[in-house]
Amino acid sequence: MGIERIEKRFAQLKNQGRAGLITFTTAGDPDYENSLSILKGLPKAGADIIELGMPFSDPMADGPSIQAASIRALKNKMTLSKTLKMVQEFRAEDNDTPIILMGYYNPVYIYGVDRFLKDALNVGIDGLIIVDLPPEEDSELAIPAKEAGLAMIHLATPTTNKTRLRHILENGSGFLYYVTIAGITGTAKPDLTPVKNALDDFRSVSNIPMAVGFGIKSPEDAARFAEFADAVVVGSAIVDIIKNNLNQENVANSGLRGRVLSFVEELAQGIKGARK
Amino acid sequence: MNDKKVNSYRTGPDEDGHFGIYGGRYVAETLMPLILDVEKTYKQAKNDPAFKQEFHALLKEFVGRPNPLYFAKRMTEHLGGAKIYFKREELNHTGAHKINNCIGQILLARRMGKTRIIAETGAGQHGVATATVCALFGMPCVIYMGAKDIERQKPNVFRMKLLGAKVIPVTSGSESLKDSMNEALRDWVTNVEDTFYIIGTAAGPHPYPELVRDFQCVIGDETRVQILEKEGRLPDSLVACVGGGSNAIGLFHPFLDDDIDIYAVEAAGHGVNTDKHAASLSGGAPGVLHGNRTYLLMNEDGQINEAHSISAGLDYPGIGPEHSHLHDIGRVKYVPIDDQEALEAFQLCTRLEGIIPALESAHAIAYVMKLAPTLPKDHIMVMGLSGRGDKDIFTVADALGEDI
Repeated sequence: MGIERIEKRFAQLKNQGRAGLITFTTAGDPDYENSLSILKGLPKAGADIIELGMPFSDPMADGPSIQAASIRALKNKMTLSKTLKMVQEFRAEDNDTPIILMGYYNPVYIYGVDRFLKDALNVGIDGLIIVDLPPEEDSELAIPAKEAGLAMIHLATPTTNKTRLRHILENGSGFLYYVTIAGITGTAKPDLTPVKNALDDFRSVSNIPMAVGFGIKSPEDAARFAEFADAVVVGSAIVDIIKNNLNQENVANSGLRGRVLSFVEELAQGIKGARK
Repeated sequence: MNDKKVNSYRTGPDEDGHFGIYGGRYVAETLMPLILDVEKTYKQAKNDPAFKQEFHALLKEFVGRPNPLYFAKRMTEHLGGAKIYFKREELNHTGAHKINNCIGQILLARRMGKTRIIAETGAGQHGVATATVCALFGMPCVIYMGAKDIERQKPNVFRMKLLGAKVIPVTSGSESLKDSMNEALRDWVTNVEDTFYIIGTAAGPHPYPELVRDFQCVIGDETRVQILEKEGRLPDSLVACVGGGSNAIGLFHPFLDDDIDIYAVEAAGHGVNTDKHAASLSGGAPGVLHGNRTYLLMNEDGQINEAHSISAGLDYPGIGPEHSHLHDIGRVKYVPIDDQEALEAFQLCTRLEGIIPALESAHAIAYVMKLAPTLPKDHIMVMGLSGRGDKDIFTVADALGEDI
């Protein structure tokens, strides 16, 4: 399916007159089984699109929460191959919810770009967000991904002007991920007005769906951004719930899955009520 | 003339910052406009006579350049082969080659109107050099340093504090240089408006590998003039240690097109066949980290391994992209020296020449000790003595089992 599954989902959201909820968790956090179990529960809890982090040893753009999630996953021997397998297991039960892999380039580069794109499509991945591949490096992965039929979701940030945005969107597809703050994930809380202004500005350049993320932590915050964004990404706040439901050896407590999914339900409720 | 240009090893990087397949700009989008601005500013600055003049005036008056090209007579006699010269970067103000680059970069930062400086440091030499230029220019300075490195480089930590810098311990990952670089990048992306990142080695996103190299080329440029004065000809070989590789590329680059054997010495830690070393060319593979494609130490899943070296300044799982290219095309030979060999060289140099070298530089000395005896007496060898070893006396005492 690839990019079409994402386009279809945004079309549905538009028909429903609401923003989508994009959840982020790290594949293999805290371990493969629990991570998969959470993943499988996300669509029913209200995730419209699922972003799945590929763990990396040196996550330069991430704050402490997602750094720790990567470390937990890697300690439990998570690999890129296992992340692909996890998506395959998810797809056996769900053929509608788009899945986007998010991470850093090196594990993909080492896996091999051609092999990665082929395997990613085969297991049912629809899009990619690679934090350290700006448009200047589009020939590495964005262009081959586009040719293969996978969305290459590019980031825009508070440092992006309209000229730069056009450059970003040359090979960016699926949707635009607007990073609400200059900073790393899960730290500063974004102000609403500058984000709204940026999106208004960007919509004069492109009609690609625009998601917002970084620092959005509560159902209330999510609802405020859902008034004008096409989708809202929540990551660190979900990852923190995982962390808070582990024992001292980072083994999952029995309530882990339920607590994560009920928080996702609250986020989804917030977003659904936003434009009423 | 055209032929010569085509065959030159000195033309990189290309427009997009590539040396062969290495280099590039693998950074978060938030940083891209700033990175492009650094590139634009550097292009203007390097063609601006006033910029060059200020850079060289500071190198002369503040750093104390030119430093000597010193004939290491007793070491030459002891080894019984090649005639050995040391390029004395350890005599620079702050005790290492790092200051050359810091002077250049803070001039760039000022030109861009930036008001706050950040840097990463391993051994602390780059941190001290950055804190020093920040004091000189009256700019606030934040240094990221691995908690493990803070422990083994206490004197430099205190020097940075005295100079007015804030030293932030990095407790993520291996608590050493690569993690400090991650933390500095996180700071930069958060404070992109007012902050300039003074990267300490010839690595990172384009244009850093190029501009750090250019600022460090003063080492090789001076060496060229000095060896012609002393010997009336160019050397037969060059030797320098490489972590990220800024002192090595600074010494080598002006000589790349000459008929000279060039050796770069990587830190082999407990040995390149163990999992405790920092030799990314001898024991790594091409990958992407910290803004550039280059050789890295990593596992089969692309996860970066922790490096190990007795020398904190070489304790990094990557290397500058131009070195990766020079390695692939065979222009520079990259050789490993382990912790033990470096320790022996450290002691030999101290006793024979009355110079306490940095443990980083001791790796280069150790290779000179291997190579020089195999060469004839009329072979002229220049070694980059990149830093002084006062900072390392605790580490060395510990390794020798002595209590100080």
